[in-house]
Amino acid sequence: MTARQALRALLAGIAVWAAPPAGAAPAPGGTLRAVEQRRELRWGADVFGGAPYVFQDPMDPNHLVGFEVELADALARRLGARARPVAGAWDKLLDLLARGDFDVALNGIEVAEEKRRVCLLSRPYYAAGERLSVRRGDPSAPRTLEAVRGRRVGTLPGSLAQRILERAGAVVVTYDGGQDQIYDDLRLGRTDAVLLDDPIAHYYADVQPELETVPGSFGEVRYAVAVRLGDEPLRDAIDEALAELARTGQLRALYRRWGIWNAGTAALLGEPYAARPALSEAWEAWRAAVGRPPSLRERLLVRYPRTFGLFARAAGLTLLLTLSSMALAMAVGALLAAARRYGAAPVRWLAVGAIELIRGTPLLVQLIMIYFGLPELGVKLDPFVAGWLGLGLNYAAAEAENYRAGLESVPVGQGEVATTLGLSRLQALRHVIAPQAIRISVPPMTNDVIALLKDSSLVSLVTLTELTKTYSNLAASMRDHLGLGLVVAAWYLLLGLPLARLGRLAERRLGRHLRRAAA
Amino acid sequence: MASEALVQLFHVYKQYAGEGPALADATLEVGRGEFVFLTGPSGAGKSTLLKLIFCAEPATSGQLLVFGRNVAKILPRHVPPLRRAIGVVFQDFKLLPHRTVAENVAVPLEVRGLAPRDVARKVAVVLRSVGLELKAGKFPLSLSGGEQQRVAVARALVGDPALLLADEPTGNLDPDRTVEVMDLIEAANARGTTVVVATHDRSLLERYQRRVIALESGRVISDGDAFRRRAGS
Ligand SMILES: Nc1ncnc2c1ncn2[C@@H]1O[C@H](COP(=O)(O)OP(=O)(O)OP(=O)(O)O)[C@@H](O)[C@H]1O
Ligand SMILES: [Mg+2]
Repeated sequence: MTARQALRALLAGIAVWAAPPAGAAPAPGGTLRAVEQRRELRWGADVFGGAPYVFQDPMDPNHLVGFEVELADALARRLGARARPVAGAWDKLLDLLARGDFDVALNGIEVAEEKRRVCLLSRPYYAAGERLSVRRGDPSAPRTLEAVRGRRVGTLPGSLAQRILERAGAVVVTYDGGQDQIYDDLRLGRTDAVLLDDPIAHYYADVQPELETVPGSFGEVRYAVAVRLGDEPLRDAIDEALAELARTGQLRALYRRWGIWNAGTAALLGEPYAARPALSEAWEAWRAAVGRPPSLRERLLVRYPRTFGLFARAAGLTLLLTLSSMALAMAVGALLAAARRYGAAPVRWLAVGAIELIRGTPLLVQLIMIYFGLPELGVKLDPFVAGWLGLGLNYAAAEAENYRAGLESVPVGQGEVATTLGLSRLQALRHVIAPQAIRISVPPMTNDVIALLKDSSLVSLVTLTELTKTYSNLAASMRDHLGLGLVVAAWYLLLGLPLARLGRLAERRLGRHLRRAAA
Repeated sequence: MASEALVQLFHVYKQYAGEGPALADATLEVGRGEFVFLTGPSGAGKSTLLKLIFCAEPATSGQLLVFGRNVAKILPRHVPPLRRAIGVVFQDFKLLPHRTVAENVAVPLEVRGLAPRDVARKVAVVLRSVGLELKAGKFPLSLSGGEQQRVAVARALVGDPALLLADEPTGNLDPDRTVEVMDLIEAANARGTTVVVATHDRSLLERYQRRVIALESGRVISDGDAFRRRAGS
């Protein structure tokens, strides 16, 4: 494969993975029309630790599985479309929906009044009880709502469980991370209990012998599909499809398969409830996959090799993002440095202001402003462009300072020599000063590329599934943080070491006039 | 020699801030094809006069014409093109350390937008003429002082300037290297380049027997081929 073909393949892969298709915004005629026309229903979900909702199959992480995956497939089929999942952070799903990154959000979104201001909600498709899990055999474990007062209890942020706990006076610990981390903290004694939805407790607490789930429910929450405001036709179509799936018994079969059929949902769907059936194949598969940690041999020979495709794609995205952002940072940084050193006073102040503003604020804030803030001004960037711009501009400030140091290291006399040779100031900068300044600037630039490579993990915020996000998704679904951590570290080194080596080569090449003089 | 004047000064004064005049009431002319020594004790104003000619400093008063143009009226953006018609050599060579010998010599041509092939050809010719064709790929810091000054002369001459200004070009060189460099400058003059060399090395004035302009405290105290006359008398 030539380099060019490789690049094209890489770009194509990234385009499929990252780019939100053009026209994700409400089309004329509404999203329903758009879904029907392109025969594709894009649904947003967070695959991070989301069993049994949406998660990577721990046995083969190339497959997205979960009862909501099957639900989305069934809904899409009824709309005459194919379902396509779009990854987004769970606590940002409604923002991403409003932005137009996908048609619907379908990921355990709780029915709550305050959500109706930002989206439309379908009829509920599932009712979950809030279940309290504690350490087995812990004599001081809180087993009632009264007992959680003053105790540390973990849950997901923005959930009904969180509100219940706060009302009960618990010290609430919320996690942006995956569910498995919430239960790991309980097992490790960092919290005293966890209150979460029935399916989560079933899939994460019940598989750990050290944990037990207290009988009885502490509240009920319902899940619905979220649709953009103004998309009533799509909401109605989804309501109709859900009703149809309930009427034909497909929903019940689906929940049974996943082992999450319960009295609340039966009541919701107007069906009689009998206790859990003996066999829930999907649940059994999950328990088999995560209940017993796989042997090292199995991990090395079977599980890790299966992550190759996912990691390779993520590494391609990470590398492309790093290189293109660095190119932007270098270009903008050079302009800022030149403006700061050679510009007239107002230009200089503007450059200094821009540099300080960018350097003085967290990259995360800048990314949120670019991705979620700019659309308020009518500027909607696609995720890759937003990530590229955020990273590139952020590092432009660092590069500007770096180049300034380089420019200041060149003796003033050099510029004078250049001008006596008949070079204009711009030519002197380009032909004489810049080449020498670069020698000073290259070592810190090498460091910056590596730092940028690592900071690129922040773009998972804008729905780009790069290396770190891929790792945390996989670690959560495969319940293997240490081993996969080493795997992802290897991937980062694979990308970073050649970059660092390139930097050293450049340093050596730029320094050759000094070495030869010494020789 | 009824020649056209390349440089003309009429009552030129140059006063640096907070100093006595570096040039006072200087009136002189350098004609096309001439070879002129500028001499005088340290601080006499030799370097100042050269700087005025290639527009590195403005005159405080008086009129200065270079190639017939009043430099006081030249726009800043027209200064670089004017300078490309003037080659300059300094006592301390002022080579660019990050560029090889050939790359140093190529600068004035690259700035003019010459095609790389033509640049390479001209550079090779000039380097051969100063006897440095074997050092083309070396960096300046690895060369001896005499070699560095020959590079500087090559760089000043590569663009075929009408005027060559040299400020103490041999100040850092031993007598043998001095002769090498001065012979190069003389050869350029023989090919038609007008030359002004500032020096306080009297042996040069005697050896080369050219017109000598003597400055003292910024004033022209004598102008003429005094040494030649003395030598001939
Ligand atoms: N940039 C400057 N700022 C202030 N004064 C200066 C400057 N350059 C030269 N002078 C002063 O102008 C006078 C003439 O200096 P100039 O360099 O022209 O003398 P010179 O004849 O070249 O001497 P030398 O033989 O030592 O090189 C001196 O008194 C010097 O101190
Ligand atoms: Mg001087």
